[in-house]
This record gives sequence, structure tokens and C-alpha cells, in this order.
Amino acid sequence: MSDNRKTKIKVEDLTLIFGKRKQEALKLLEQGVSKEEILKKTKCTVGVNRASFEIKEGEVFVIMGLSGSGKSTLIRCLNRLNEPTAGKVIFDDHDITRDTNKELLETRRTEMSMVFQKFGLLPHRTILENAGFGLELRGEEKEARDERAKKALETVGLRGYEAQYPAELSGGMQQRVGLARALANDPEVLLMDEAFSALDPLIKSDMQDELLEIQDKLHKTIVFITHDLDEAIKIGDRIAIMKDGVVEQIGTAEDILTNPASEYVEAFVEKVDRKTIITAETLMFKKHTALEVHKDGPKGAVRKMRSIAVDQLPVVDEHKRFLGHVWLQDVLELEKEQAKSIEKVINTNVPSVYKHYTVEEMLPLITGIRHPLAVIEEETGKFLGLVTQTSLIIEATRFEKKEVIKLKEQANEL
Amino acid sequence: MDKLIDLGKYIEQGINVLEESLSGLWGAIDDVISWTVDFLNDTFLAIPFIVIIALVTFGAYYANAGKLAFKKEGFKKGASLALFVVLGLLLIWAMGYWKEAIQTTTLVIVATLIALLLGIPLGIWAARSNMANAIIRPVLDFMQTMPAFVYLIPAIFFFSVGNTPGVIATVIFSLPPAVRLTSLGIRNVPEDVIEAGHAFGATDKQILFKIQLPLAKTTILAGVNQVILLALSMVVIASMVGAKGLGSIVYQGIQQNDIAKGFESGLGIVVLAIILDRITQAVAKK
Repeated sequence: MSDNRKTKIKVEDLTLIFGKRKQEALKLLEQGVSKEEILKKTKCTVGVNRASFEIKEGEVFVIMGLSGSGKSTLIRCLNRLNEPTAGKVIFDDHDITRDTNKELLETRRTEMSMVFQKFGLLPHRTILENAGFGLELRGEEKEARDERAKKALETVGLRGYEAQYPAELSGGMQQRVGLARALANDPEVLLMDEAFSALDPLIKSDMQDELLEIQDKLHKTIVFITHDLDEAIKIGDRIAIMKDGVVEQIGTAEDILTNPASEYVEAFVEKVDRKTIITAETLMFKKHTALEVHKDGPKGAVRKMRSIAVDQLPVVDEHKRFLGHVWLQDVLELEKEQAKSIEKVINTNVPSVYKHYTVEEMLPLITGIRHPLAVIEEETGKFLGLVTQTSLIIEATRFEKKEVIKLKEQANEL
Repeated sequence: MDKLIDLGKYIEQGINVLEESLSGLWGAIDDVISWTVDFLNDTFLAIPFIVIIALVTFGAYYANAGKLAFKKEGFKKGASLALFVVLGLLLIWAMGYWKEAIQTTTLVIVATLIALLLGIPLGIWAARSNMANAIIRPVLDFMQTMPAFVYLIPAIFFFSVGNTPGVIATVIFSLPPAVRLTSLGIRNVPEDVIEAGHAFGATDKQILFKIQLPLAKTTILAGVNQVILLALSMVVIASMVGAKGLGSIVYQGIQQNDIAKGFESGLGIVVLAIILDRITQAVAKK
């Protein structure tokens, strides 16, 4: 992920407190008093507690947390459906929290559209009228808005349903209308509040794919709220994890899975199928010792293997491109023959992987071989590191390392 | 026991003050209502009864049958009410109460229109502001539980006898359901739809006219139906202050102990009530 993209939304110390004595509660919060104490003292609930993050242009930014974690409250601060108590929401260099009502309406009408968990469609209007509702609110002529609404409906795969009413459509289709309504406005930012949570698992998965497809074409900045980590991982470029109104961790799916910042995050992560997320890049031993075909002769190779106690090593050429593996026993033969080069014994018929390969994709490759998998750069073929079989099995089975080694030994004995 | 608090006297004094200080306003209201009632009466009575019966019959048929009016399904839906309307109205005419029935209908129409003109905005206000709701609700409770006859006293006081006090008393009596059901309908609009409106930059006015009122339509129309029926039930009482129509015949029947008169005019009111109720219900269903 290149991060020289422009920052689209910058949230600074955003705090939202529910209740009558907000300012008092805010002061206590700044003094570091806990949420529970504040509730006791002021009867105020802290919905969002000093959240700060940046969302890049064109990014799918997922905010995830359990219900009550403040994620829905937070997303509503971005378009001020909920009025933040303190902090800033900077959208394209201007602070939305300071907008007048008129400016705010304009922002909502043109720059940010929202998709809701419960769809929020108007039952007395046709699908076409619903999809064009945002355009109607900002005063566009019927012809123009019908045309754009039609296009948006086409984008979400609802061509031909224009004249029907929401009640005649399934949940998944209704949410497509919700998405079409948001897209028809052609906003820069899409706010999606648990948009797919009310749908059946299969339809949910379809909608996720569809959203990704649409995003591929339109490159919107999307803020997506969910309580489902699998969903977050599937569609999020980056994920922010929230608990009790606090943003606990922000990072890519892998960052979060490999280095959970707290027990809360870890508890989430445990439920996820890591096989489909952990990649070669995470697992590999970087800058692993390798032999250079024209520099290291048999003697040097034996030395290197013994120094790190292995019986095989990867071989690269002068451009660090991966060639294959050599085995200790072969090199020892060469040494006896007094050969100068190890070129003859390089086993080139071995699988190698790119760094974005997942555990699930790598597992089939290790059956029937005894050496680690070399990770190479996609464009150049450059050797990057090794993924050992042990670490793959650990990831796949979630067994402890000791158990895996034992299993492997048993397997070898057989 | 002597009265400790002479509340009635204070009310009376208050009403006196109102009567004197705003006499111009009462006069104007009287003029507008009398003129409207007379104008509608004259117009309806100028039209041959058979034309009116035909129009009302078709209206009733169309309200039920809708777009299917000229198909068999529509006929099935609309025919029974249409038949009832024809027979009922012909019966009223044949009993010789056509003029009174028109007068009663006019009173009901005028009172209903005024009640809706006041009641729907009040209902909207009560739905949107908790404070307004807190004020309006007890007033409505008061209006509904106070015996209807009591309204006649200030009505006469302000407007003397005739159609106007009848209309005013009827308005007061039939206003509450318009307010209540409008407010209820708007408050029952799902929060998520309203929120979606806000998220797409709807102004308060757009929320009201594009979301709340259309979604509350069925409930509001149920309120309209209630208003009409209450207005009709009030016309007998209104006849005590000189309002003309079937109600005054009923009143004569009571005073003269005339069973025939009382029964015929009472039956006429029932027929009108059923027709108005079925038509408005059919409209509300759509």
C-alpha cells in the first residue's frame, strides 16, 4: 500500500459524550477519569473517546468493534448526524465540526453519502425514486436524477427493478438500492454503517464482492463499519479496532492479526481463519543466508550450512535471483570430487512463492518436499527469504511449536 | 357547603373579557362561516338531487374499485357500497329530508375542514416538539372528556344562535382525533428513514413533506375519518343552538315527542354516517 495518497478525512481527538452535563464530563475525561467513573459522577456516557486517525483518498477504511464500542456513533460524527462534543473532523482541509448548518447540508448532499444497516428506504416510493432521493433533496430536475439513479441502479445490478417498491425486494436487493442511492449522488466519501450486517451470510459475501468490484471502478473513499472481523479483513485496506469508544489499534489486516495491540484485539483475531490472511511476507525469515552461485564453491557452502546448522540452502545468482536449493550431502560429494562450482547440484525443480501468498495457498506446496519455501519478488525474481514448513504448519493448525516439531519427527520416522 | 373556589366564575369572567376585547374577530369568523355554509347549501340544493346521488354513488364506487373501476374485479369491490349509497340517499329523499340532509352534510364538511386545518398542523407540531406535545395532550384530553353540551354555551355567547356556533362546537368536539392521529402517524415513522433523510442533506421541511407526512398518510386519513364521524354525531347537539339540518329534526322529534320524525331523521343521520365512513375508509386504504 503506497501511502503517499492525499489524506481525505482526518479525525483529531474526536470525543462524543451523551448526556446533559457534557462539558463537565469532558473535563473529567481529559483528567483521565475512567468511563465508568464519569457515568457515575455526571450520568454522561462517553460514546467516542478521543479518537484520532487519518483516512486516505480512495481507501477502504474499516472501523470495527462489538456493539456498544462506539463505532456507529463515530461514523455519525463524520457527517454530524451525531454532534461531536470535542475534537475535529477535517475533510479536505476544512473542519466539518465548525460548518454552519448550510455548509453541513451541502457536504451531506454532495460529498458524503451514507448506507445504513436497516436500509432506510422510503416504502411509498419506487426503487427509481428511492435511488434518486439524494438528488431530489438537493434539487435536481426529475429527468436528470432519474437518469443518474438508473445508472446507479445498473451499477449495483438492479436494472429492471426501477418501477417496483422496496417491500417487493429481498433484503440484499434493498441494500443494493441503498447503495445505489448513495452512489447516485456521486459522493467522494461513502459512509457505510453495518451495511451488510442484516443480510444472510451468502448474500453478505456477494455484496462484499460487489462493493470491492465497484470500488475497483470508482475509487471512492469508503468508511465501513462492521462487527465482523472477517468482513473487515475482506474489504478493508486498513482497519481500526474500537472498544469502549477508544480506537485500540489501526493497521492493515495483517498488522492487526500478527501484532494484536491488546487482549481485546487478540480475542477478535483468534476467531479468524488465519490461514486465509497470514502471508508469506509475515512468515518468512528475511535476509536468510543464501549461496551465490558464482561466489560460493562447495567448501564455502559447507561452511555456511554448518555455521547455521542446516542441511540445505537456497542459491541465488549475482542479481540475487533465486535459482534453487542445494543439499549438504550433494555439496559434500562435490567437495570430495574437488569441484569448484556448486552449479551442478542445484535442485532447480522446487516451488517458490511470492510474498502475498497466504498460508492456505502455500500449504499444498510443501507436501512431498523437505526444504523450506523460497519467497521471491514478483517482478524481478529476487530472493527475499524463506518460509519454513514448521511455521506454515503452526499457522495452519494453531499448534504450539513443540507439538509441530514432534509431529514432524514422527512423520519423518514413518 | 359554600364554594371555596369559584372557578366557574373566573372562567366566565375570562370569556367575558375575550368576547368584549375580540368582538371584531368573532364577528369576522361568524361572517366567514355563515357565508361558507350558506354558499355550499345553496349550491348543493341548486343541483338536482338525482345528479348528486349519481355523483356520490360513483365517488363511493371509485373509492373502492380504484383503477379497476371498469373491470369485473373492481365491480366486485365497489358494487355493494354503491348500491347502499343509491338506496340510502333515495330513502332520505323519499322521506322528504333531502334539504336537511344537505344542510347536515354541509355543516359536517365545513366543520371537518376547519378541524383538519387546525388539527393537522397542531398534530405536526405535537409530533416534532415534546414540549408542544406536553401542552397539547392534556388540552385534547380536556376537550374529549368535557360533555359536548358545554361547548354550546360559549359558542352561543360568542356567535349567538345559528349555524356558526354549531360549526364551532362541532369543530371543538371533532378536533382531537385529527391532532392525535397526525402526531401518532408522524411519531411512528421509522427512525432509520428519517436518519437517512438527514444523512442525504434533507432540510426539516423536506423531512416533513417528503418523508414524515407521506409515511403518516394512512394514520392521518384514519384521523380524518374519525373527525368526520365525530362531526356528524355532533350535529344533533349542534341543532340545540340553531344549526339546521337532520339534527334539528331529531331535536324537534324529542321536543314534540314525535316518534316518526325522530326515527326518520335519526335513520337519515345513520345513512349519512355509513356513507361518509365507508368512503373515507376506502380512500385511506390506498
